Amino acid sequence: MKVDIFIPCFVDQLYPETAFNMVKVLEKAGCDVNYNKDQTCCGQPAFNAGFWEESKAVCSKFLKDFKEAEYIVAPSASCVGFVRNYYSKLFDNSSDHNNVIKIAEKTFEFSEFLVKVLGMDKFGAMLEGKATYHDSCAGLRECKIKEEPRRLLGNVKGLEILEMDDVETCCGFGGTFSVKFESISVAMADQKVSHALATGAKYLISTDLSCLMHLDGYIKNKGYNLQTLHIADVLANGW
Amino acid sequence: MTETAESFKAKSTIKSDDREHRRKINFNINKYNAVVPVAKHQFSELMVARERAKNAKWRAIETLDQQLEEFERQFTKRGGKVIWAETAEQALEAVEKICKEKNCKTLVKSKSMVTEEIHLNQFLEKQGIESVETDLGEYIQQLDGEAPYHIVTPAMHKSKEDVAKLFAEKLGTPSDLTPEQLTLVARVKLREKFIQAEVGVTGANFIISDIGAIAITENEGNARLSCAFPKTHIAIVGIEKVIPTLGDLGLFWPLLATYGTGQKVTVYNTIVTGPRQEGETDGPEDMYVIFLDNGRTNLLNNPKTREALYCIRCGACLNACPVYKNIGGHTYETTYSGPIGSVITPHLKEMDDYKHLSNASSLCGNCTEVCPVRINLHELLLENRHEAVEFGMATYGERIAWKAWKTGSLNRKMMNLGNGKLKNWMINKVFSAWTAHRGKLNFSNKTFNEMWDERNGKG
Repeated sequence: MKVDIFIPCFVDQLYPETAFNMVKVLEKAGCDVNYNKDQTCCGQPAFNAGFWEESKAVCSKFLKDFKEAEYIVAPSASCVGFVRNYYSKLFDNSSDHNNVIKIAEKTFEFSEFLVKVLGMDKFGAMLEGKATYHDSCAGLRECKIKEEPRRLLGNVKGLEILEMDDVETCCGFGGTFSVKFESISVAMADQKVSHALATGAKYLISTDLSCLMHLDGYIKNKGYNLQTLHIADVLANGW
Repeated sequence: MTETAESFKAKSTIKSDDREHRRKINFNINKYNAVVPVAKHQFSELMVARERAKNAKWRAIETLDQQLEEFERQFTKRGGKVIWAETAEQALEAVEKICKEKNCKTLVKSKSMVTEEIHLNQFLEKQGIESVETDLGEYIQQLDGEAPYHIVTPAMHKSKEDVAKLFAEKLGTPSDLTPEQLTLVARVKLREKFIQAEVGVTGANFIISDIGAIAITENEGNARLSCAFPKTHIAIVGIEKVIPTLGDLGLFWPLLATYGTGQKVTVYNTIVTGPRQEGETDGPEDMYVIFLDNGRTNLLNNPKTREALYCIRCGACLNACPVYKNIGGHTYETTYSGPIGSVITPHLKEMDDYKHLSNASSLCGNCTEVCPVRINLHELLLENRHEAVEFGMATYGERIAWKAWKTGSLNRKMMNLGNGKLKNWMINKVFSAWTAHRGKLNFSNKTFNEMWDERNGKG
């Protein structure tokens, strides 16, 4: 199966190793992974800031870059949710209307692609210790992902998954919100991290590096013993 | 930054770090969270019920002019009087005129957010009229000189100890009274006022267009006393509260109760059709309904934000909002707080003064998820952000930054410029708000894009 990967702008810049781990797992699953080197960003940052014109220009590029793709897989529910649910707002009443519907149907978050499209949930991964899984808001509410990552993590040898309290509450990242309203954002991180620590977990795992970037920043600042990991990093570990 | 935005930022910084506040709010919202799922069981098809409610509100709002006029036709047939107020001032003038006619010295009122919106109590006080809040939560807030903290639970931020202390200070009661004892104290005080009052003021939860009546939902019986005991009843209502038919209450009453307080149905539900009719034993001699616009037609005028008028003020979005739970109701400095407040206030008032509220959201979408009438609240926050930019309210710096972002994002080569060290230095310097309470960002020396070819043997 031919799969085009979309590497979100901030993953491209900050977390390339996670992106390579996603490629590693997809290849093990038998996918023929294609990376269009022209790609940049899904357009979400400007859209969320209210700059829809600027956003639309970048969304148009995304539509062009992925026009030929059979499947588009990304290690970020946030970007996938944006492509699926918000492109239609920007391209309503335009000649791109149908392209947008098609793109939305073939774009998947990494863990949901593995479970829902490929029907695979075991990759021989190993990680020793207790972990807790953080539902990203985009995963939960924009993409309706709940069971898929838990199923995948449940099959990781040595890993014990413990559910934290208020698991569906936002971690407080929210893009520019995290700097514009830093104090609220940090208070939300504080509660999320406290719940995660209360489980006794050593690892905090999620589908979204944007949440993890924010939480990891808070954890490092406080010096807590809790390591954030993207689900691709976990699934690619130990083999 | 506007003054309102600066004040919000300062207050939210203090509140989000206030652990005691966080504890009280979580305690009260957890009680709510425990009962709502139970109440939901009364619906065999909850989503269908919510969609139907949304459709009924859609119909009401799309034909708002006709619905309100139909109400007026029916209501005035029974001797009720309708007053149309475009602004808060017009509504207040109307109340003043009625109070003067009735020689009113004491006025009792039930809980109503619209009367908060027009600052009725402060206005009446200036006229020398004593206006008494008769809902227990509102009574507590009035004693404390505070605005309601939450649209459904006005004193949500106070513990039972806080209330006992307040009563001791203001009413001279012992400082160790239990909630039951405190309620009895309030009851004795308020009963006197019900007997004295010449005028009763209420809001309305619904304007029932086809029969020309208002419906009031409450748990204490005080609204029923406020509208039936004094000789004059004034109901002040936002024009968006319309439902087309009496039959719609079968849907809206349980929805409001479930999402508002986790009850199957609220304790007292009253339908008021007008003043006392011939042969009836009780009810007021005169009844007025004041329809308040006060900016609502701005929301109506904009097809995108119009659905915000479907709101039935259940407060579910406040209880679900992590921002609200961290900063509390007063920090917003608006009548309507939480997600719905952030959506409507810039339209009811000035966009420039309240646009910051639409940005003070992580867009987690939980508000949209819990809204009984399925208002796309978080998308409306995005709509507000967009509108603010369209109106030219973004700062010069922001406009330049997003232009640069667009140029960079349209050009792959630019995204590979510079190495990790340079990016680290730049970003961590620009976003000092990021690093104040978070570790530094650590850029990769090379982008994934640059590494891809190297790893695939093409580099």
